[in-house]
Amino acid sequence: MTEMVFGTAPVRTGEPVLPRWWRTVDRWSMSCILLLFGVGLLLGLAASPPLAARNGLDPFYYVQRQAFFGGLSLIVMFGFSMMNPSLVRRLAVLGFFASFVALLLLPVFGTDFGKGATRWFSLGFASVQPSEFLKPGFVVLAAWLMAASQQVAGPPGKSFSFILAVIIVMLLALQPDFGQACLILFAWAVMYFVAGAPITILVVVAGLVVVGGLTAYEGSEHFARRIDGFLSPDLDPRTQLGYATNAIIEGGFFGVGVGEGQVKWSLPDAHTDFIIAVAAEEYGLVLVLFIILLYSTIVVRSLLRLMRERDPFIRLAGTGLACIFGVQAMINMGVAVRLLPAKGMTLPFVSYGGSSMIAGGILVGMLLAFTRIRPQGQIGDILLRRQP
Amino acid sequence: MTRTPLRPLARVIAARQSGQNPDAIERENLRMRHEEQRDKLRFRAEGRLFVLGICFFCAFVVIGARMGHLAASVPAEPTSSGVAELISASRADIVDRQGRVLATNLSTHSLYAQPPLMVEKERAAEELGKIFPDLDVDKLKRQFTGKRKFVWVKKKISPEQMQAVHDIGEPGLLFGPREMRLYPNGKLAAHILGGASFGREGVHSAEVVGVAGVEKQFDELLRDPARAGRPLELTLDLTVQAVTEEVLYGGMKLMNAKGASAVLMDAHSGEIIAMASLPDFDPNNRPRPLTSGDQSDSPLFNRSVQGVYELGSTFKIFAVAQAMELGLVNPETMINTKGPLTWGRHRIRDFHNYGNELSVTKVIVKSSNIGTARIAMDIGTKRQQAFLESLGFFEPTPVEMVEAPTGKPLLPPKWSEISTMTISYGHGLSASPLHLATAYASLLNGGTRVYPTLLKQDVKKAGPRVVSRRTSERARAMLRKVVTEGTASFGEVEGYAVGGKTGTADKPKPRGGYYKDKVIATFATVFPAHDPKYVLVVSLDEPVELTGPEPRRTAGWTAVPVTAEMIRRVAPLLGLRPSVEPGAEAAIVKASN
Repeated sequence: MTEMVFGTAPVRTGEPVLPRWWRTVDRWSMSCILLLFGVGLLLGLAASPPLAARNGLDPFYYVQRQAFFGGLSLIVMFGFSMMNPSLVRRLAVLGFFASFVALLLLPVFGTDFGKGATRWFSLGFASVQPSEFLKPGFVVLAAWLMAASQQVAGPPGKSFSFILAVIIVMLLALQPDFGQACLILFAWAVMYFVAGAPITILVVVAGLVVVGGLTAYEGSEHFARRIDGFLSPDLDPRTQLGYATNAIIEGGFFGVGVGEGQVKWSLPDAHTDFIIAVAAEEYGLVLVLFIILLYSTIVVRSLLRLMRERDPFIRLAGTGLACIFGVQAMINMGVAVRLLPAKGMTLPFVSYGGSSMIAGGILVGMLLAFTRIRPQGQIGDILLRRQP
Repeated sequence: MTRTPLRPLARVIAARQSGQNPDAIERENLRMRHEEQRDKLRFRAEGRLFVLGICFFCAFVVIGARMGHLAASVPAEPTSSGVAELISASRADIVDRQGRVLATNLSTHSLYAQPPLMVEKERAAEELGKIFPDLDVDKLKRQFTGKRKFVWVKKKISPEQMQAVHDIGEPGLLFGPREMRLYPNGKLAAHILGGASFGREGVHSAEVVGVAGVEKQFDELLRDPARAGRPLELTLDLTVQAVTEEVLYGGMKLMNAKGASAVLMDAHSGEIIAMASLPDFDPNNRPRPLTSGDQSDSPLFNRSVQGVYELGSTFKIFAVAQAMELGLVNPETMINTKGPLTWGRHRIRDFHNYGNELSVTKVIVKSSNIGTARIAMDIGTKRQQAFLESLGFFEPTPVEMVEAPTGKPLLPPKWSEISTMTISYGHGLSASPLHLATAYASLLNGGTRVYPTLLKQDVKKAGPRVVSRRTSERARAMLRKVVTEGTASFGEVEGYAVGGKTGTADKPKPRGGYYKDKVIATFATVFPAHDPKYVLVVSLDEPVELTGPEPRRTAGWTAVPVTAEMIRRVAPLLGLRPSVEPGAEAAIVKASN
């Protein structure tokens, strides 16, 4: 009767958003990201006071800023991780085009902060590096194109995405920002690999990368100097690398003690590119291994979860995001231990930097959105009596 | 492998025949193909993702292992100190020709403050003000209480002062070791040594760099660690230098001159035994350069090397020597000295009227401008230029001082015939006293060119010949006569056979023309005249001798007595013994005659 009088009570179909999010999201990876954020703040307390002192600011000015941007980026991350994949894709593609236009406008409106490469927009209170925001957008767009090409009679998405990647790489190389260019190329290659690239083409691409690298070595003095510095066996202790290596050695297993580190006073990039050296010096190998464990957990867990994924778009996009995240961390730490040539690359979520922090939040937010547990058609398999 | 056709034509045909719609079959086929392809790709992707995961894991393990390896290795010598380069603080000594120290280093301390470490800032500033009365206490207080983290208080402090600062008991006042440059002889040879100051400074050491003179000229050499502290040996003789300066100072005061210079040179090697310029300064506390007025009045100005003056009649011997060398005249040739000599609108006069004719020797002895000008006209402009150039009058002296290149001779812009005539008696060409000493040494030592030097020479080698030995000998005989019977009669020093030529040149006004009552009086000598060993040039700036009824300014009354006194005192120090001079050539009757 009641129903006849008042109409049926609105029945909510499906689970509420938050419980479903909590049930399906990769909680381990999320915890690792939160821990990384905490480590970043901890190291910021150690590494940024010298910079603040040089700029005549309050000692913990940069820590406050990092906490602010970190909080912002966590909000962004949670927001993205709650979206469904198609909404993520829509936003990411829009974001891609916005940041692509921003990248094109860099030579006109950008600043180089006296570092020899025009990569930033100065907004007064903060600077924005469009290429940081371009990366997740590009990965999602490329994954979409590649996934479309896997349809029967679909568009040639792999070629399209490759052309897109080449255009972006050229734009980045003009800045010059070879690090980001390599990341873009790497992300595309990984996605192409997972999308089922023939082995022969993989070999050809690898060859092209080598040729491109050699061209850059010949063409750009900036690039050549860094490679030469890496290849020479003896390390000048007065270079950034020398300081970083020394700091790791000084730190030993348990570090020289909180606040006792010296390297942060000598290295201009102690709070960004060489934050791992500060960590190693003050807290020792223990913290460094912990950081490495966090990164590898995030990357490897995401990749393993993506193995189950049947939707090619989600699989590819997740792969690209996880790899770009992992490789960036790997390059940063590899440089500090001299496994790789010196290349300015921030440690995601740990290094100081407003726009890279927020871009990192977007990236891991999308990754978490893609690695959520969702129905994979197992019931359909059973009904159709197919072998999974 | 069984091939499946793209379209299930058999089923479609069958369906058509049975009247069914074949579209459903086509759609199902398409779905099956799509699922098949998707599954194929999915399985491939699963494998590849697994590979990727393993790769990443391995890479992270490698980085971790490398970190562990680095962390486990033994810390090397810490090189991450703030100072980019170590400052080399050792600087070689400078010694005279007998190894006596002219410049050395002294360890001392600098005093600096680190206000963040200080406890009682106001009191510390006041106490410092008591110890160092020259410090500004208010300024110190402001610096200590302000935002500065580091304040230099004193660059050099004595041990007593250091103890007094210790006694303040302030932990924020710190000392840094310093090497300071010390010139133990004070003002002696100040212009030659120049001076030193701190270059780059750090807390732990500071670089001592030369700022002038020999210190600057040989700065890199003195700081070269490869020398291992081997001192730099100069040609100077400390004792002779001291006497030279003393006599010159006395002479300058006595003759009411405003400045003076003296150059004593070894006639054969060009080694400078003593070189003085007055007024002078203390290189331990080098004064600041003048900010206004004429730099040549500054005590820093080295009159011997930097100052170029018209040196007057001292030049006459060059014209006469060249004429003898060219065979135009001999010492007895009679020269027309009827004055005044007119050339265009110029008139050349002598100090006195010496009659219509004088022998060449007498031209020098009496210092006749007219006679010398006539000889110079015979020589001609080109040959005169070549001869003066060969004596070094066209270039700055090559002596090893940073100031030397600034002592560039002033030559007439257009060397006309009148220039030739005036230059022959020392007007129209300005050169430094060192130029003159070099030229006298070259001309009179037997005729080989010498180059002035401050570095002790181990091997003595003769330079190119400028005049023949015979000409050199005749020139010396003439100069000797100037002292015995000519204008420099006050210059006779018993036993040392001084030969020389006076020169009194009116000083040029800055705006052209000459002062009537300001002269540069110069006496250029060689001794002993029969066996030349040393050349001495003494020059007084604006001397005036007031004992007579009217002021006397000629070199014979001013520069010559000063020089004579100098030789009287210096010659024994140089190891010369008073000797009996051989008699005049004419008195000797050779056995062959």
